[in-house]
Amino acid sequence: MNEKTLKMISIYVMGKRFTVPEDLTILKALEFSGFKITRGCGCRGGVCGACATVYRNKGDYHIITGLACQTVIEPEINLVQLPYISSNKPFYAIREINPDSLDIVKIYPELMRCMGCNACTKSCPVNIPVMNYISAAIRGDLKQVVELSIECVMCGLCAARCPAELSPYNIALFIRRLYGTHKLLKSPQLEKRVKDIKQGVFRAEISMLKKTDNKKLQEMFNELQAKKGASV
Amino acid sequence: MSYPAGMRPSVEKVEQRRKDRLNNYEFPRLSTEEKALLLKNHHPDFRDGDKVNLRSGANKGERVPKVLAAVMESPSRLNLDSVDLRKTDCKTDVLVIGSGGGGVTAALTAHENGAKVIIATKLRLGDSNTIMAEGGIAVASLPEDSPVAHYIDTMVGGRFKNIPDVVEALVNEAPSILEWLTNLGACFDRKADGSYFNHMPAGHSFKRSHSVKDLTGLELMRVLGDEIRNKDIEVLEFCPAVELILGPDGQCVGAVLEDLDTGKNLVIEAGAVIMATGGMGRLHPNGFPTSNHYGATADGIVMASRANAKLLYIEYIQYHPTGIAWPEQMLGMLLSEAIRAEGAHVVNCDGEPFVNRLETRDALSAAILRECGLREKGVKTLTGTMGVWLDTPMIDIKGGKGNFVRRFAGIHQRFKKHGIDPLQEPLLVYPTQHYQNGGVAINVHGQSNVPYLYMVGEVAGGVHGHNRLGANSLVDIFVFGRRAGRHAAENFRKKPVAKISLDHVKAHNEELAALGIVSNLTSPLLLPDYRFEKALTSTNYVNEIVEAER
Repeated sequence: MNEKTLKMISIYVMGKRFTVPEDLTILKALEFSGFKITRGCGCRGGVCGACATVYRNKGDYHIITGLACQTVIEPEINLVQLPYISSNKPFYAIREINPDSLDIVKIYPELMRCMGCNACTKSCPVNIPVMNYISAAIRGDLKQVVELSIECVMCGLCAARCPAELSPYNIALFIRRLYGTHKLLKSPQLEKRVKDIKQGVFRAEISMLKKTDNKKLQEMFNELQAKKGASV
Repeated sequence: MSYPAGMRPSVEKVEQRRKDRLNNYEFPRLSTEEKALLLKNHHPDFRDGDKVNLRSGANKGERVPKVLAAVMESPSRLNLDSVDLRKTDCKTDVLVIGSGGGGVTAALTAHENGAKVIIATKLRLGDSNTIMAEGGIAVASLPEDSPVAHYIDTMVGGRFKNIPDVVEALVNEAPSILEWLTNLGACFDRKADGSYFNHMPAGHSFKRSHSVKDLTGLELMRVLGDEIRNKDIEVLEFCPAVELILGPDGQCVGAVLEDLDTGKNLVIEAGAVIMATGGMGRLHPNGFPTSNHYGATADGIVMASRANAKLLYIEYIQYHPTGIAWPEQMLGMLLSEAIRAEGAHVVNCDGEPFVNRLETRDALSAAILRECGLREKGVKTLTGTMGVWLDTPMIDIKGGKGNFVRRFAGIHQRFKKHGIDPLQEPLLVYPTQHYQNGGVAINVHGQSNVPYLYMVGEVAGGVHGHNRLGANSLVDIFVFGRRAGRHAAENFRKKPVAKISLDHVKAHNEELAALGIVSNLTSPLLLPDYRFEKALTSTNYVNEIVEAER
């Protein structure tokens, strides 16, 4: 990419003007402007939630939130990255909580403060219906909380915007763990496999393989592969 | 929005020829000989020009990627005159450096076994490659599968170079790791009867990968991070280690950290140190784009080598065949292998298949480089990068409507943001640096040759030989995180040592000067520098490689 052939536009970082190529993400625009980012950059691929950013576009009164690595800049955008968002995270022992009791509300009493304003949903950069899962949590519908919140990247923007002072992403994580620990059925197949290994069912065979030459191992592999066929 | 006009004709060719590839069509698999030849001629690991021998230190003579040599052969980042080791900021039984899956697992396990644990991490708790793992975790859980088959697959995938005892531990403990994670509340994709959805990653012989949609690592990292907080284990965020501290007999007795917010150095004394610092992706070995996290700058390799730790197979780099090649904003990020497992073919600019979709990562990457280079059948993008097509619309055509979104919600969402619909259009891919196959040599407990210094995950070498199989890294970090955490908690040094020092770092600096090795860097690097025009150069890396292929 040659800088001379690029169309350059103005952006504002914390109110200061920089000129950068159009079509960059906020993250790359910040870097092109000369910022070396410590707080505010993580996976660079939209899954870690490190790069929460708040901005306004020119002539628009709305506050917009997004992930810097996933959001393409607009001309005259005025942005700031959030270095940290404090949240409420109580201690709990997940196995000792009764998922069918009022324990959920005891651990996160602020759940009941939700006023249904939907600011959380509007702030979510991965389009999770945050308010809906909070409603599901209040109703005790754990399964729906899991389904609605599974893509959460824990960026904290919902907690930053919530006027009732909830930390929705921590509440969702708590409920997903509760559901996974108590509500999903055990797999007898997996339990049997773990038990067999403990009892040394495969020990002799693996000991022999450790002494087997490469050619023979390759043949054994070829046989396994031939058996599996094309279906996956 | 879709693809730009210049790329549309190729997309149309893929669409037109798709019907020829339905009805269970598969491109023939490579024979063992064909694969060896393909790798030799087209895989970057086999190109000598990209590697050099280290000129100094404990690993003098070792073949390493040029970019790694550059950071290893730089003076220490630490100003030795400014550190006073007599003033210890913190004492702990076990210090864990790094907080990806391997680090947090080691920390939880050491804590569970009664040790006082501190985690020091460069960025936030959980910031790591683990969080980005899409595909899944390899566990021989099906009745027809077994740890025996898992062992064979792992050894063959690793070109027989894996350490057999270590692989035995890996495959034997994989099932109990899946159970452990499930009990912690990780919501794996499950069927109504409690059994797991399994799928088959390339190079494995059974459906062995267990996933949480395409967000497996994210889910595991969220759960484990939450557990670290519940146990109230101390986490020093934005405090990467910059050098290890050694005792009089060369044993590891702690580390010096750098607080990235204040610039202050912290001296941590520890009875054992577990390093889980990840790989070198952000050094861009061989000039490739990378799928790695921002912090993957080989710090662990740099520090451990200065402390006399021995490296194994560090020259072998894994290129994931399906890195994103378009749109430019997503360049180098990963498309899960599971997309191919679900049925998507890999085809060239004319929509023609040229390789079986289930070849191992090394072979498929080499085939794509050959297609874009020598055979000139790659698709050229507006920014001059190259790629071939991953035919994602096939997944719903073959597996039924809704299949793609059910399995790949995250990928679908990220592409839609840039106006590309993977249900309707293929995705452009090009190999991306993905994994450091080698690292510091370990034994079955994750111990290095340096007493009281453990290695977990990508920073360690030997588990995966020369080439790691898909879904084997998630199981690696948990198995060896548990093993190292347990062993360290039981065996950490309890006796005080006569003297703790950074003499090895001083000796390293002096050796470089004596050899006349000049560097404009100091290391460990901690973070890559993408400022100013470097913010754009990621596209040029690909050009250089395509040129070199010709």
